[in-house]
Amino acid sequence: MLWELFWTFFKLGTFTFGSGYAMIPMIEREVVDRKKWFDREDFYNQFTLAQSAPGPFALNTAVFVGYKMKGWWGSLIAVIGVSISPFVIILLIAIYLSGFSTNPVVEAAFKGVRPAVIAMIAVPFINMTKGLKWYFIILAFSIAIVVWLTGISPIWFLLGGAAVGVSAALYGKKRREVKP
Amino acid sequence: MIYLQLLLSYLKIGFFGFGGGYAMISLIQNEVVVRNNWLTSVELADIVAVSQMTPGPIAINCATYVGYTVTGNIWGSLLATFAVCLPPLTIMTVITIFYRRLHNNYIVKSALTWMRPVMSGMIGAAALMFLNRETFVDWVSIVIFAVSFFAIRKKFNPILLLIIAAVAGIIIY
Repeated sequence: MLWELFWTFFKLGTFTFGSGYAMIPMIEREVVDRKKWFDREDFYNQFTLAQSAPGPFALNTAVFVGYKMKGWWGSLIAVIGVSISPFVIILLIAIYLSGFSTNPVVEAAFKGVRPAVIAMIAVPFINMTKGLKWYFIILAFSIAIVVWLTGISPIWFLLGGAAVGVSAALYGKKRREVKP
Repeated sequence: MIYLQLLLSYLKIGFFGFGGGYAMISLIQNEVVVRNNWLTSVELADIVAVSQMTPGPIAINCATYVGYTVTGNIWGSLLATFAVCLPPLTIMTVITIFYRRLHNNYIVKSALTWMRPVMSGMIGAAALMFLNRETFVDWVSIVIFAVSFFAIRKKFNPILLLIIAAVAGIIIY
């Protein structure tokens, strides 16, 4: 079972390119449809938590699936399985890229790629702010500008946001509690 | 000493890595570029590009790369990768155990609601911090940016887009 878990996440780690969200249909097919490790609703519920938890989404998914299968060891094995290919590939690139970076063709390619990378980050920013209330949109833009200009660690804003959220929940909004 | 700094920086990145890969870029910029000067902003942008074209989450890819370049050996790379994985591994295990209690908990929900604009802001900051004279060298860069922006809005495959941008770069520069 541990081996199967490792192999499943090894495959996911090797063939998932770009965003972790590209993994969702692959994981779902593998753990829900084929292996029947989860029923669909359970999978989606845990999956929502994995989205809210800190850390790469692919990793969090590996943790909850692994835990369900084999407890703590299962989590560890799934995490190792999902990170091993990315680790080896980037390590090889890191070792050999230093020789490449002086290559004029590689440098030209990166010159073309850099603005595209910025666009790739700018689009999710615009998309993510769209779903927010107007005062949150102002907040998001202000935080972006302050972090950019001052170099203050965004961690402080995350902690601040969490603190405000917890206080808001504790003082006065108790009525909105949803019983599980 | 450098190993300890790497460990602490990547533990922090892992622990506060809310909001997915793009929001985490902002944390990585702060630790790797602003505080420790391990990489320049441009080098990090290049790693983000490479990370998009190779399997695995940006945070892990970046940890592996930075760990190696900073220490010059595989152990540094392994340490940084381990450090960025450890907090999510522990936190997510705890969340999985208390899953039924956390699911729909109003305090957790409220905290996340207020953290969401911060996460968006972090993505915005990540994009802004990459803007400089080295990433935007001339008007061609602006054209590539504009075309990419609309292509991604239209859900164009990001890997294919980066490959096209790379080929365009080789032809133009």
